[in-house]
Amino acid sequence: MIINHPLLGPRDAQEFTYLGDASLIHRPDWQGEDASGQFHDYLYLRDNLAGQHRELWFHEVGDRSWLVVTRNTLTHEITNVELARDVARREGRGK
Amino acid sequence: MTQKNRVNGGLIDRSSRVNFQFDGKTYQGHNGDTLASALLANDVRLMGRSFKYHRPRGVMTAGSEEPNALMKLRTGARQEPNSRATVTELFDGLEARSQNRFPSLKFDFMGINDRFSNFLTAGFYYKTFMWPRAFWEKLYEPVIRKAAGLGSISFEDDPDSYDKGFLHCDLLVIGSGPAGLMAALTAGRAGARVILAEEDFITGGRLNTETYAVAGMSGSDWARSVMAELESLESVRILTRTTVVGAFDHGIYGAVERVSDHMLAPESGKPRQILWRIYSKRAVLAAGATERPIAFENNDRPGVMMAGAVRAYVNRWAVTPHQQVAVFTNNDDGHRTAADLIAEGVDVTGVIDVRPDAPSLAGIEVFAGARVVNSKGLLGLKSVQIRLANGEIRDLTCGALGVSGGWNPNVHLTCHQRGRPVWNDAIAAFVPGGEMPAGLTVAGAANGHLSTAQALQTGAEAAVSALTGLGVSAAAPDLPEAEDAPNSLTPFWYVKEGKGRAWIDPQNDVTVKDIKLAHQENFRSVEHLKRYTTLGMATDQGKTSNMGGLAVMAELTGKSIPETGTTIFRPPYTPVAMGALAGRSIGKNFHPTRETPSHKWAVEQGAEFVEVGNWLRAQWFPQPGETHWRQSVDREVLQTRKSVGICDVTTLGKIDVQGADAAEFLNKIYANGFAKLPVGKVRYGLMLREDGIAYDDGTAARLAEDHFVVTTTTANAVLVYRNMEFARQCLWPDLDVQLISTTEAWAQYAVAGPKSRKLLQKLVDPEFDLSNDAFPFMACGEITVCGGVRARLFRISFSGELAYEVAVPTRYGDAMIRALMEAGEEFDAVPYGTEALGVMRIEKGHAAGNELNGTTTALNLGLGRMVSKKKDCIGNVLSEREGLNATDALRLVGLRPVDSKEVIPAGAHLMNADGSVSAKTDLGYVTSAAYSPILGCSIALAFLKGGGDRMGDVLRVINPLEGQEVRAEVVSAHFVDPEGERLRA
Amino acid sequence: MRYSGIRVIKEALSGHKGWGPLWRDPEPKPHYDFVIIGGGGHGLATAYYLAREFGESRIAVLERGWIGGGNVGRNTTIIRSNYLLDGNEPFYEFSLKLWERLEQDFNYNAMVSQRGILNLVHTDAQRDAARRRGNAMILNGSDAELLDTEGVRKLYPFLNFDNARFPIKGGLLHRRGGTVRHDAVAWGYARGADQRGVDIIQNCEATGFKVEDGKCLGVETTRGFIGAGKVGVSVAGSSSRVMALAGMRLPMESHVLQAFVSEGLKPVLPGVITYGAGHFYCSQSDKGGLVFGGDIDGYNSYAQRGNLPVIEDVAEGGVSLIPALGRVRLLRAWGGIMDMSMDGSPIIDNTHIEGLSFNGGWCYGGFKATPAAGWCFAHLLKTGQPHETATAYRFDRFRRGYMIDEKGQGAQPNLH
Repeated sequence: MIINHPLLGPRDAQEFTYLGDASLIHRPDWQGEDASGQFHDYLYLRDNLAGQHRELWFHEVGDRSWLVVTRNTLTHEITNVELARDVARREGRGK
Repeated sequence: MTQKNRVNGGLIDRSSRVNFQFDGKTYQGHNGDTLASALLANDVRLMGRSFKYHRPRGVMTAGSEEPNALMKLRTGARQEPNSRATVTELFDGLEARSQNRFPSLKFDFMGINDRFSNFLTAGFYYKTFMWPRAFWEKLYEPVIRKAAGLGSISFEDDPDSYDKGFLHCDLLVIGSGPAGLMAALTAGRAGARVILAEEDFITGGRLNTETYAVAGMSGSDWARSVMAELESLESVRILTRTTVVGAFDHGIYGAVERVSDHMLAPESGKPRQILWRIYSKRAVLAAGATERPIAFENNDRPGVMMAGAVRAYVNRWAVTPHQQVAVFTNNDDGHRTAADLIAEGVDVTGVIDVRPDAPSLAGIEVFAGARVVNSKGLLGLKSVQIRLANGEIRDLTCGALGVSGGWNPNVHLTCHQRGRPVWNDAIAAFVPGGEMPAGLTVAGAANGHLSTAQALQTGAEAAVSALTGLGVSAAAPDLPEAEDAPNSLTPFWYVKEGKGRAWIDPQNDVTVKDIKLAHQENFRSVEHLKRYTTLGMATDQGKTSNMGGLAVMAELTGKSIPETGTTIFRPPYTPVAMGALAGRSIGKNFHPTRETPSHKWAVEQGAEFVEVGNWLRAQWFPQPGETHWRQSVDREVLQTRKSVGICDVTTLGKIDVQGADAAEFLNKIYANGFAKLPVGKVRYGLMLREDGIAYDDGTAARLAEDHFVVTTTTANAVLVYRNMEFARQCLWPDLDVQLISTTEAWAQYAVAGPKSRKLLQKLVDPEFDLSNDAFPFMACGEITVCGGVRARLFRISFSGELAYEVAVPTRYGDAMIRALMEAGEEFDAVPYGTEALGVMRIEKGHAAGNELNGTTTALNLGLGRMVSKKKDCIGNVLSEREGLNATDALRLVGLRPVDSKEVIPAGAHLMNADGSVSAKTDLGYVTSAAYSPILGCSIALAFLKGGGDRMGDVLRVINPLEGQEVRAEVVSAHFVDPEGERLRA
Repeated sequence: MRYSGIRVIKEALSGHKGWGPLWRDPEPKPHYDFVIIGGGGHGLATAYYLAREFGESRIAVLERGWIGGGNVGRNTTIIRSNYLLDGNEPFYEFSLKLWERLEQDFNYNAMVSQRGILNLVHTDAQRDAARRRGNAMILNGSDAELLDTEGVRKLYPFLNFDNARFPIKGGLLHRRGGTVRHDAVAWGYARGADQRGVDIIQNCEATGFKVEDGKCLGVETTRGFIGAGKVGVSVAGSSSRVMALAGMRLPMESHVLQAFVSEGLKPVLPGVITYGAGHFYCSQSDKGGLVFGGDIDGYNSYAQRGNLPVIEDVAEGGVSLIPALGRVRLLRAWGGIMDMSMDGSPIIDNTHIEGLSFNGGWCYGGFKATPAAGWCFAHLLKTGQPHETATAYRFDRFRRGYMIDEKGQGAQPNLH
């Protein structure tokens, strides 16, 4: 597979390490209500979609960026790649 | 007479004389021959035995789809089983042997199987061999296994090397027949970067095997003229002897180039094969088509071949498979074979055409509306029996029969991403369809365009459209004039006459009867049919047989072929040597070897090394007179504890953490607090996974308000860094913190033992005060050594002794170890390796990899109180789950044998002194064990249920695996200096 | 019809006219007591044991495609009971004991072959771990032997002993482990279930569950609604998709695992061997093909195919371990979809919906579990309670902190 890195252009997927669903960005509040239940759902439950899947890849032997890659799990087609940090900020993980 | 079946013409070099052996007999052929063509030239038709019935078999095809002519090539360590004679280029000295027969090809004991074929039908083995139960492994299976299989391997190490390479192109063209050549030419002229891959050793594909003209010249001449132009284009790379074996994601293709297989052995320094990973923007599949047979009774005899293959042998290799040949066809293409044979003066004894309206052919008897119903000839075809249109039976003498049932496009690569071909009624075959690999288009016969003119045209069109997609404008060259005859065909799959067997899959011995039985037993889906009968599972993967099997099943179920199913193909297109896939990453080079900066020095000291991940670390340093590793290790431990020892700890992960929020960041990464760590201090830190399990420990040293140096275990250096980057970028993206791995940037040495301060004082530049007050336990600082060399000093201890770790830039690592040892001479300093390191950490009760095994919590490790409940940190919340906090949770304890002479093995389990021994009464397990030279006995660390409350208890330490049991007392894990006085000294 | 050698001879002499279908293709009935979704090894075994052990007969197995077409039809055929953890080893030992009498039980030769499995060790730490595991196996009634280098050399003299990056220091030998003709397992269970009245309904895809008042009343399918007393879902890689129809999110991801077979060869490997320093394990089928595999590709996928890097990785391990494999040709690669769970261990449990139960999360180890998974799932469906060897396989273990993590990798499915 080839991942089109937003900063570095097309890169072989072998340069990357895969983590999983991009929802792992949304780590719950440790002091929130039912934090234990929230963390359980966060860490253990997955949509596991057959189709468009937003997922985290780490450019381990590259620039060490975490990326959010939108990839179809039925065809492996990649339609979008963003820096995970940008996604995290946009989705409310910033200060 | 040698080469009695040679005829005129052909693309062989008659001036050359190539000697080769088959089954010990020497023959001659020419350059340009394949092993199969040369054997046929020498009138050798019997080339192999079938898998199950051991029926005599001859060559059937002229390409990589060959099911029958499989041989062992070469001898000794270069022996290659199951090699297809049809694609084996002839070279001088080639040795080939037939296989799956005993004692000889002509007389094979296992041929007896054929007599019992009625008992050995599809799947018979599922219904018997069940009694008595133990007989399966002892009797039945060994007999079956010995009989099964095809060729044998040498069991010797492969002496050849294999390379891998990466290629990039705008357009990959797969196949160099008329379609592929036109595609490459179109793209090449447009200046695109083109790779043209051809599996054969010459380019041109079917153009080399047909007699009709292209642009007024022979097909092969036209191909050569195009090749001359392509070779002149810098942007075009031509790879012959290269099979594209797989279509992978995002335009990546795998291809195998057989660099040296046409030689006795690779030239010096050359690989046998190269695996190319081709990164293409677009690809054109122009892989042609494969002819399919028509099944009839006893259609598997040596001499029964594909009609197109017969034509190929005559036209390209100037060989007729026999002096008398007949043709059996359902289409016009078969007639070409007859015509080409006649042109070379071969006696064509008849053309049997199933079509009642078959065209006539000058000079040959055409039996229209007839069919072949049987054949004769034990080790080679002698005659065929035909039933004429009027019902009459006639015998027709022939030593070879060319059979044509039509052509199947080579759709294989279009299926590699699960695309399903679609049925095309016009040619009664599947053509590419469904979801194809992105960027791939198909041209020529591979797409069902079976005439030369169509192939040329669609090849050019495919290239134009591919380049248009890339924004490159290309014009189709003028198309040369070529034959454009429609191939009239009447679908005809098998002859429904006779009680005998008609082969669909000749290699695996699957007959029409087997398919009928599968149908009868409800194995009706294509997948069931294949799996039950083994149809298409042989080395040819059903290239010539899948369609036939499907057609028979369709007829039995009363459905159309596409309703019955499709046949799709998995990679690789043709079998690939494991060596090519492995490349150079084998043997000692299986993984890269990482060496520390003191490696050269350690080698000089005669160190024994051990693999720690990819690192090589000194395990111990034997001294003259030491004959057992324990002597060395004990000495290293004792001397370190007595005076001073030095150990290379460079392999520990090191991560530089900088930024205004560095402390806040580490507070989230570590379970324990770091916010208040003063500058100049080190703290032990425990990292949890988010699920609350401890996964790594190490230290963090605060060199400045906004600068920490984190160390990790050797094993987790990469993982910890990755996780920290995840936390930084994804979880807390606005913290002002930067990370960089500096594992390779610093050489680091532990200097441990009561004399360590004195030793270091000799090397650390005098302005740095190392006294206990100025630089106490857990102090750290940036210093200089040896007169100005930048260094970092940490007063931390893994051994439990007064100890330091000193880090210098990697380039000074070698000098530093030498300086340390030299300075240590007066203290009798010893280098110590990982074994002594391990002994001392066990004596001290420090957890390491065996304890941090991915299932243990801080509580288990006795570090429960380190997990701060006052802050947010990774793993904090889920570490509180009930299952991780049971009252009888495992606790890290020490064990000492009751009888000090006994040895506690790591991996033993713990049981109460009284009571039964069972999984249910299992109390835990020994994680690490060592001989403690200080205590003079075996000691161990163990996880024990409720271990904190069991101090002083005696347990059974059992190791039934090795028939061993030891009684041991539960003690504190801190065997040495439990109060920590030594390390604070 | 009972299969036997005598029967084979009789049929051979009379034109094989007497062999009937192994299973019928019945039209679905409007209602069954038990509906199993998924006609793979586990689903068929569940139906078989519901009928054979629990006396049920009004049972249907619904299969989207053709039975045995999923992971039971595309695996590396290994059976073993060499697990470490308490939650696992009794279950797998139960399964191995069922394998040992399976063929006589369902009267079909699935070629259960206890050829032995050897896990190689290359470091002291691996040896310690092997010892702990071997002892756990023995304590649970399984078998294990710890071999040193010479012991390994005796069994497999052609391994790379002298030029290895990671030298072989020994191995854990599990003699009762081995291989089984995988397709035959599906067919044998199908035949046995069919003979006991189970309706096996192929080409019937579940498209929804009918749930009223928290109770599952049946399954919507492409062949109409099928009412059910109890519904069991056993669909491996499709688990998340099917359970989403019931509004559930599962603790699992679907990943592709590739496996490979070589050209047919005369006997090479007597047993199963796993490399401890790379991703490679291998056995040889009775037909002669070397059957081997390695690691999963590592990314979520439902595509049933993988990519070249993993193929290369497996080949590197293979040739490094067995240098003579260099000239052996890889014949076919295929990919299956693994229901990779969050701790690498399975779930056999009821759901929050009454009458709807689930069996899945087998990662790439589901094949060896087939008999026990079927038995235990049948037990759960019949009694509502987990079987005594499967009490740990609950949904709530993640919430409660009782993970069964053999590899110690935590909540990351692609590392298990």
